[in-house]
Amino acid sequence: MINILYFARYRELLQQDKEQLSLSDIPCADGNSTNVADLLKLLQTRGALWSELLGDKNCLVAVNQAMRPLDHEIVDGDEVAFFPPVTGG
Amino acid sequence: MNSNYVVQVQADDFDIAAEYQWLRQNNNHSGAFVHFIGQVRDLNLGEAVQNLHLEHYPGMTEKVLEKIMAEAQSRWQLDCIKIIHRYGDLSISDQIVFIGIGSKHRDHAFDACRFIIDLLKTQAPFWKKETTPQGANWLDAQSSDRNQAQTWLGSDD
Repeated sequence: MINILYFARYRELLQQDKEQLSLSDIPCADGNSTNVADLLKLLQTRGALWSELLGDKNCLVAVNQAMRPLDHEIVDGDEVAFFPPVTGG
Repeated sequence: MNSNYVVQVQADDFDIAAEYQWLRQNNNHSGAFVHFIGQVRDLNLGEAVQNLHLEHYPGMTEKVLEKIMAEAQSRWQLDCIKIIHRYGDLSISDQIVFIGIGSKHRDHAFDACRFIIDLLKTQAPFWKKETTPQGANWLDAQSSDRNQAQTWLGSDD
């Protein structure tokens, strides 16, 4: 299973802070390994709001609590988080 | 993590006098101490702020702050560092963040402190939501912050 987390404005608008997906539920582009882009593509099929928020070029992704690019591989047990640009400090 | 280099992510407020004593304890090496404190402002973009909610990503906040701290240690000679960042519901003039540094050299202390706050603002997973008379809204990240962080990271980003 993959644990998916949403934060801040995304969490609020999508009305979801976390969910679980099976790795096998995520179609992967190369038919071999799954990456962040594959997961994003699946989530965006849920509707216009998902597409707008998660498809935004400013959407940030962390895998196992480290920022990662879209081609980063996802494996079973990973924690993937989606969030807007940070505003701490 | 060495006990002279500490990150704390917490809801509770902090006491600067106590933190200064922490930096000084068992530490006759540092000739210079620098502190940065961030607080909740009363005005943002011309609107009166009533209160601030800080959301965070538990676990990742600590990891990112520790990584920034380690990078500062690799760039400058620093005897002690404390980074404290709060989360939760804050009011006007509440303290948000503390960075305290001790070093033998004042330029190392000043530069490291600036480096840490500049990188924290673009990398640490916290998000601010302000309540104003007009309603509540999530703050946008600022390009000025991104540019400032980039000056430290240069071409090896």
